[in-house]
Amino acid sequence: MQPDPVDIVVVYPKLLGLYGDRGNAAALRHRAAARGIGTTVLEVAPGDPIPEQADIYLVGGAEDGSMAAAAKLLERQPGFVRAVEAGAPCLAVCAGFQLLSREYVGVDGPRPGLGLLDVTCSRLTGLRAVGEVVTRSEIDGSHLLGFENHQGDAVLGPAARPLGIVEVGRGNGHEGHEGAQQGSVLATYLHGPVLVRNPALADLLLARAVGRELEPYLDSRVEQLRRERLSAAVSLRARLLKRA
Amino acid sequence: MRLGCPSVRLNTVVATTQVPIRPNSTRLALAMLLARTAVWISQRVLRRSGGVIGGRVIVRLVPGAGEMLAAGRRVALVSGTNGKSTSTAMLAAAWATEGPLSTNSDGANTPAGLVWTLANARTTAVVLEVDEAWIPWAIRTFGPEVVVLLNLARDQLHRNPEVGRLARAWRDALGAVPTVVANADDPWVAWAAQTAQRQIWVGAGQIWDEDSLICPECGELLDRTDGWSCTCGHRRPACDWTISDGVIVPPSGSSLSYLTLPGPGNLGNAAQAVAAATLMGADPEAAAAALAGVTAVAGRYATVRVGDHDVMLVLAKNPASWRASLELLATRRNALVLAFNADGADGRDPSWLYDVDFSELRGLQVTLCGNRATDLAVRLEMDGVEVTGQYGDVRGALHALPPGPVDLLATYTAFQDARRELGRAA
Ligand SMILES: [Zn+2]
Repeated sequence: MQPDPVDIVVVYPKLLGLYGDRGNAAALRHRAAARGIGTTVLEVAPGDPIPEQADIYLVGGAEDGSMAAAAKLLERQPGFVRAVEAGAPCLAVCAGFQLLSREYVGVDGPRPGLGLLDVTCSRLTGLRAVGEVVTRSEIDGSHLLGFENHQGDAVLGPAARPLGIVEVGRGNGHEGHEGAQQGSVLATYLHGPVLVRNPALADLLLARAVGRELEPYLDSRVEQLRRERLSAAVSLRARLLKRA
Repeated sequence: MRLGCPSVRLNTVVATTQVPIRPNSTRLALAMLLARTAVWISQRVLRRSGGVIGGRVIVRLVPGAGEMLAAGRRVALVSGTNGKSTSTAMLAAAWATEGPLSTNSDGANTPAGLVWTLANARTTAVVLEVDEAWIPWAIRTFGPEVVVLLNLARDQLHRNPEVGRLARAWRDALGAVPTVVANADDPWVAWAAQTAQRQIWVGAGQIWDEDSLICPECGELLDRTDGWSCTCGHRRPACDWTISDGVIVPPSGSSLSYLTLPGPGNLGNAAQAVAAATLMGADPEAAAAALAGVTAVAGRYATVRVGDHDVMLVLAKNPASWRASLELLATRRNALVLAFNADGADGRDPSWLYDVDFSELRGLQVTLCGNRATDLAVRLEMDGVEVTGQYGDVRGALHALPPGPVDLLATYTAFQDARRELGRAA
């Protein structure tokens, strides 16, 4: 064990945890432990201060009402914004993605987000995006897998890049983009949880947190899960193409 | 062959035929005839259960069939995310102390199944389990005398992504209802129930609070230290009925004990069922005694002998019910089969596995099956739970376990699969 553990902060999981978002912390903890790296996981209760010195921040998904409550609380936490601006790795999923953007649509219409991402979110046209997703990672070309369930879109400004390019699913709803990356922030609409289904993404956050490359670690059960989800998504796409 | 909606088939209840309530329209009578034929074909030729098909035929041919069939009856509806089948069976048993009644004990709780139940009901009294999303429709269609509201929490998020939206739909619909028997401990339920003409509040408890941390009225964070309350004045209502330690406390008279099904959730369900039956005219003590006889609802908590194993079947559909069930099973320390699917009724996104803490299962013999068993295997690995093996079906999973008692916990569709498989095996 290293003397200095990686401190993981889960931002308001009781409000921003609709899609098993705590699982992202579990994936980080698990993959860190496999390399002998210790972790601490702090779940910040709504209303409690978000520590500014954490190594990784996780912000999850929510329905509109909880998202609005979380947004109000986050406005009073400048330390969190400072930490991420200073380079602390941060994963934002679904509602979290929207909260970190410049603007998103809340219960009462458009409202400003934290502005950590050069992204504008509004409503996805047509049906809610629900289902398995496969994208091609813009980081390393691997498959990013997950499940999307959202009515929001995302338009990326010049400072943000997509996290992946959609092969199956809807993603941001524009230009085949899924998610966003900018500075130390990775953002996505993918659940699963996303770090469980995509160990490479978990390792990227951990490597940034410890400031060095990590030795490879192949988790055979997770690889099995990735094979199953990939083939399910691909056969789903084949069915959809046939119907079209 | 069985065509009908099952009139109550619980231990203590004998459903005798009353004056049959006859469809008062030729068109409806004709639709019934066609529906019966469709059900016959479905059961005999296609080997399906058939009731939903019968209901579909009726609704297609006679759009107002639901209203016509409900006219002149006393209808009670039961809904909520968790415990609605059990609570429905409890209310049916409790209210049946006053006379025969009909209920959808087959669990078909969406419009076609509900209409089919009514089409075959020969009693004035009817108790219907209703899917949460169909409550507004059921209220408009059946004009219930009472609606029993249990709880609202995340479940099948691909279909109902917002608990708050369901609660709002309930609230809008409940204005037409004379009385609700509502769980005061669930903020969404209490908020929805306010619009009904009269409320009977039951402190039935809340197993899962993570979908009700904000005030339904104003959106601020609720203070959840003692019950729940908000700075806007919205708060947990004072209760007419309460529960404590295996006991139901009515508004007046002596306490009623309830010890049949395990866990605080079932005690709360029992309290709401007795309260509703009392409202409908039953004697509370007789009602409580009758519902104590409800043991296995649609196979849940039933124990079946399969080869060398005595298998107890437990159904859990969502994180709230998995948490409650695991708490129970972890204390029993039996070998476990976890059967995990992610088809429609299970919720197609199994991310919620990470809302459940599995660490209490460490040290138990655990085997897995189901079409998404790999998702569960990964989840258990992250909680440090050893898995003995992963199998294609329940029988495979059982074979891997030493003889003796086994607890089987399954999601909705996996539970149906397991019942079919073990039914053949037993
Ligand atoms: Zn309030």
